[in-house]
Amino acid sequence: MLEKASPLTSLLRFWSIYSKNKLGVAGLIIVVFFVFIAVLAPYIAVQDPYKTDPSKYMLPPSPEHWFGTNEVGQDLFALNIYGSRISLVVGILAALVAVTIGTSVGLISGYFGGIIDEILMRITDLFLVIPPLILMIVVGAILGPSLVSVILIIGVLSWSPTARVVRSMVLSIKEWPYVESARALGASNVRIIFKHILPNVMPVVYASMALATSNAIFSHAALVFLGVGNVNDISWGMILHYAFASGALSTGKWWYFIPPGIFILLLIYAFVLVSYSLEEVLNPRLRRI
Amino acid sequence: MVSKYVTYIVRRVVASLIAIFAIITINFILFRVLPGNPVQLLFRNPRLTLEQIKTLEAEFGLDKPLLDQFLIYLANVARGNLGISFFYKTPVINVLIPRLINSIILVLPATITAILLGILTGMIAAWKRASKTDVAILTTAMGLYSLPTFWLGGVLILISIYYIKLPISGMLTYGVTYPDLTSYLADFSRHFILPYTTLTLVTYGEFTIILRNTLIDVLTEDYIMAARAQGIPTFRLLSKHALRNAMLPTASIIAINLGLVVAGAVLTETVFSWPGIGRLIYDAILNRDYPVLQGAFIVVTISVVLANFIADLIYGYLDPRVRR
Repeated sequence: MLEKASPLTSLLRFWSIYSKNKLGVAGLIIVVFFVFIAVLAPYIAVQDPYKTDPSKYMLPPSPEHWFGTNEVGQDLFALNIYGSRISLVVGILAALVAVTIGTSVGLISGYFGGIIDEILMRITDLFLVIPPLILMIVVGAILGPSLVSVILIIGVLSWSPTARVVRSMVLSIKEWPYVESARALGASNVRIIFKHILPNVMPVVYASMALATSNAIFSHAALVFLGVGNVNDISWGMILHYAFASGALSTGKWWYFIPPGIFILLLIYAFVLVSYSLEEVLNPRLRRI
Repeated sequence: MVSKYVTYIVRRVVASLIAIFAIITINFILFRVLPGNPVQLLFRNPRLTLEQIKTLEAEFGLDKPLLDQFLIYLANVARGNLGISFFYKTPVINVLIPRLINSIILVLPATITAILLGILTGMIAAWKRASKTDVAILTTAMGLYSLPTFWLGGVLILISIYYIKLPISGMLTYGVTYPDLTSYLADFSRHFILPYTTLTLVTYGEFTIILRNTLIDVLTEDYIMAARAQGIPTFRLLSKHALRNAMLPTASIIAINLGLVVAGAVLTETVFSWPGIGRLIYDAILNRDYPVLQGAFIVVTISVVLANFIADLIYGYLDPRVRR
């Protein structure tokens, strides 16, 4: 416990356990696949996603338009490919905000205990009880639909699960002998938290981060679908929003509605798999023997 | 013994009341204090005459300090006065109550089915841990959990349009009078199937993952090993020893995750035009009907707090340890 592993060796050791987990590797491959699609979007989709053409009203898939066209004649394949960008960016940034707040609250609450812990945990519980999507809808409807405000809304309203997990980890870590010896040697609270406790909490933070990303991708798609997020930025939720609002769904235009949902499903599934495998790697009790 | 349970109940009541107070406060802050809040927007409307503005100001108490406004607001909420809907032009509470009942008609059966299915398959997965059955159940559950609710609903709508021909919108066929109760129920059931299936599947995915992991934790406990060593048959071991102990953490986790069920209900109701609170929220966003949005937020969150409270009562009754 006391030996200090360099970041590289601990990463390699971690990878050797993680890579044995087939589900986790599968999830990671899907995530990397979508990152490639997002980065290379202009080379994958040759058509301009913004270009409208009234003569091409809701055409079914064809060699020219692989995924067909929408009610203003835009190429749905291009829209779906470009849509990966916003979903990934919002998912990861909102998760970063959520995990940063959650980890800070968990560290402070668990380390200092007492009245601070009591107050912070009551607030955490309150945020656990309020259905997050409903609160996001209300705040989003008031603050307006800019991309930054959607990221902040999702991030600021989904930190509580991370805070809970981190706090319970901190509670046990701060009793470990080496933390006590650091304190006896006169290390400051800040130093103990950042040097000795945080590194040990990080694995849990990574698992929370993956789960928070999948939740953020879902929340963003749901908000945009409901018309709360920005329905002008190209995203999968925006395609579904227009497929529903334009009546394409109720008139059976499957090519408009099916693909973006499959992409959302795959990306969320990938992050759930990653998070689950991280948890399994970190909790030996769950590990397959 | 009895008095301990009473103290426990009193503590839960106080905690729930604090949560409700906090929710109402958050609601007040959201709709009054945030920049660009609806009350300000209302007053920027150039079509309002000076007199109308005066009346509105008096109604909201806007000429008074913020604390007085808050007290007026609290008193109004306590009396069930949630304002007048911009869109329906009737008191918000009258719009909300029938919608809440419609939501419960959908959410309750779906949640119960999901929990029962989750217990059954979660138990099988935990027992056959790391087997093909376990992986199949777990990946299916994770897949269902990852499904965007509104998309699953849409896919069922498409299937219905092309194959099974079930109604895809509303709770009853519009404008039909029913000769008897049977035909009424038949029509209702046909409308009920798709939203019910959607909500059940999504909720099932989540509960099954939690149940399986909780059961695995229980199954690796020493007393299970001991019971197994004694040669207790598998089924009895699962139902008598493992499930009973797994039910407690599961009950509390299900209660905590009720918020997600509510999110699922909002999206399901929207897609299927089910006339519940969820669809009402969607319509309120489209119509910029802030009083309804605000009222729906209060009613939904307070319902979740109450459901949690009921779960706490049952939990405390089942497990004497938490009463301490």
